[in-house]
Amino acid sequence: MKIVVCIKQVPDTAEVRINPETNTLVRDGVPSIINPYDMHALEAALQIRETAGGEVTALTMGPPQAEAALREAISMGVDKAVLVTDRLFAGSDTWATAYTLCKAVEHIGADIILCGKQAIDGDTAQVGPEMAEFLDMPHVAYVRKIDEVTNNRIVVQRLMDDGYDVVESAVPVLLTVVRELNIPRMPSLKGKMAAKKAAIIRLTAADLKADENSLGLKGSPTQVKNIFAPEAKTNRMMLSGTAEESIDQLVKELAAMKCL
Amino acid sequence: MFIKVNREKCTGCSLCISSCPYDAIVLHEERAQITPLCQLCRACLGVCPEGAISEVAEASDQKEKGQGSGVWVFAEQRDGVIAGVSLELLGAGRRLAGQLGTDLSAVLFGKVGPGPEELIRWGADRVYYCADDSVANFNDEPYARLLADLITEHRPEIVLAGATAIGRSFIPRIAARLHTGLTADCTSLEIDPETRDLLQVRPAFGGNIMATILCPHTRPQMATVRPRVMKPAEYASDRKGEIIPVSAAQAVSRTRVVETIREVSEVAVNLADANIIVAGGRGVGGEKGFALLFELADALGASIGASRGAVDEGWIPYRHQVGQTGKTVGPKIYIACGISGAVQHVVGMQSSDIIIAINKNPEAPIFNIATYGIVGEIAEIIPLLTRKIREAKGL
Repeated sequence: MKIVVCIKQVPDTAEVRINPETNTLVRDGVPSIINPYDMHALEAALQIRETAGGEVTALTMGPPQAEAALREAISMGVDKAVLVTDRLFAGSDTWATAYTLCKAVEHIGADIILCGKQAIDGDTAQVGPEMAEFLDMPHVAYVRKIDEVTNNRIVVQRLMDDGYDVVESAVPVLLTVVRELNIPRMPSLKGKMAAKKAAIIRLTAADLKADENSLGLKGSPTQVKNIFAPEAKTNRMMLSGTAEESIDQLVKELAAMKCL
Repeated sequence: MFIKVNREKCTGCSLCISSCPYDAIVLHEERAQITPLCQLCRACLGVCPEGAISEVAEASDQKEKGQGSGVWVFAEQRDGVIAGVSLELLGAGRRLAGQLGTDLSAVLFGKVGPGPEELIRWGADRVYYCADDSVANFNDEPYARLLADLITEHRPEIVLAGATAIGRSFIPRIAARLHTGLTADCTSLEIDPETRDLLQVRPAFGGNIMATILCPHTRPQMATVRPRVMKPAEYASDRKGEIIPVSAAQAVSRTRVVETIREVSEVAVNLADANIIVAGGRGVGGEKGFALLFELADALGASIGASRGAVDEGWIPYRHQVGQTGKTVGPKIYIACGISGAVQHVVGMQSSDIIIAINKNPEAPIFNIATYGIVGEIAEIIPLLTRKIREAKGL
């Protein structure tokens, strides 16, 4: 069983802010982490290897410093780590990212591909399903439990808006996973040692035999026009006075608007 | 396209360096320099007080615009019930079609009693309707193939779907297949009057920033839209339209739904449909504090929401959580009690008509979005408010 886990190095978004005066990101001192959903994908891959056997490869596309995320994955126990990096990938939207990762998976080979539901920086949840389409593979999104894995069949639970579906899929398959799936393990000391000296496999656009017109900005149908801070409402009214006075005022306002 | 620094104008002030989310700008010989880490995100444009940073167009940027006309809405159904977001999309689609001077079509897969007629009454001019059993239940591959084939045949310029579990799972396959753009989880859609392109606004970085996304060259422009953000169009029982039957010839699926388990808690439903929500955060102080909120909710006939902080503390179950990692709600009145107003919470409730914030900290960001703000202790304010509301309602 060959398992590939797609991971992404992301800024810890809880700390990313926008400067309302300049409309630019303020990211001074914001640490980079493995996308939290991807940690659950890594854990799922390691658990599948423990029961069904096989090899787990962590795959990431990003700048050279994304290697740190791969080393963390190795410390958790993955067998191989692949960094797909090239200047040509700059400006990739989800389409171009999925295309590039698909080319990398074709290069590596995979029976099961695991991705986090979405990355916390972009929050699109699109790359996984798009990859599955490029790879001509079925996919199941929002997997909250893996019930059964064999060489040609997998049974999982898919979280829906109103409950969950038990879904059976042919293998090869791509799964995107939610946080309910598992609790990611901590790196072992042995894993940390291994991570330090592990060789990271690097692949460029040329290695992937990718179509240049489908990469990076050129291959991306969407563009970011601008970014801005979420708008603050301006019609605020602070109610002052004693607690009783302000509450009387509030109840009066609500009654006037026929809200009571 | 690439980003360029004019070394003559650059003063080496480093403002751009801290604006770059990818660490792609460095100081080189006391001037800013764009490194190959640049992701072309444009975050640095406009930061430079000297105007030394600009984007430079390249010949390869010039692409011919794809063709298409008409606005399409994918009308999602489960168990023969059309999802509420589909009606909201028809509202948004009606408006966009009006601005573009084109028509609005809905696409419906699976048999739904009076479904196609209802979609027309909710604003569609035309409904592509596939009542085949093979698409009665959601499966990614047959849904993606059928919708992609319809798009290829009829060439709409815009395709909208709900940012639901179903929409966000299968629509990306269509974008991949058709090599066109898809924008996830949009909260606002407008037409650029000059280019006629769809301006798609969506939150990113956990709701900390908003981004406007364009799909300038390829058609259709596709977007999934967050539920409960758009308003449905006016329902007109005498509205007439065209229903076009469609057959799902090749509904091959390598996945199969073995079993469907519904777990809709009463709370989830209540929050989605609530007219009034009373929500509590860390400032409520504990389960005792929430008991006060339940009394207020009882007086108002409201549902109970919570911030992530209160849920993480274990004072109230996760199913009450509102925000980026919880539910998105849009009641008439949202009463935020002891909620500081972190942006992750705000994105889940900011479309509420009236926001009442009660917090002991006058600097709490929740007051920035509140219609009415009261500074005070929850333990004092809430019981008093409950009593006054009961009195006003004559209870």
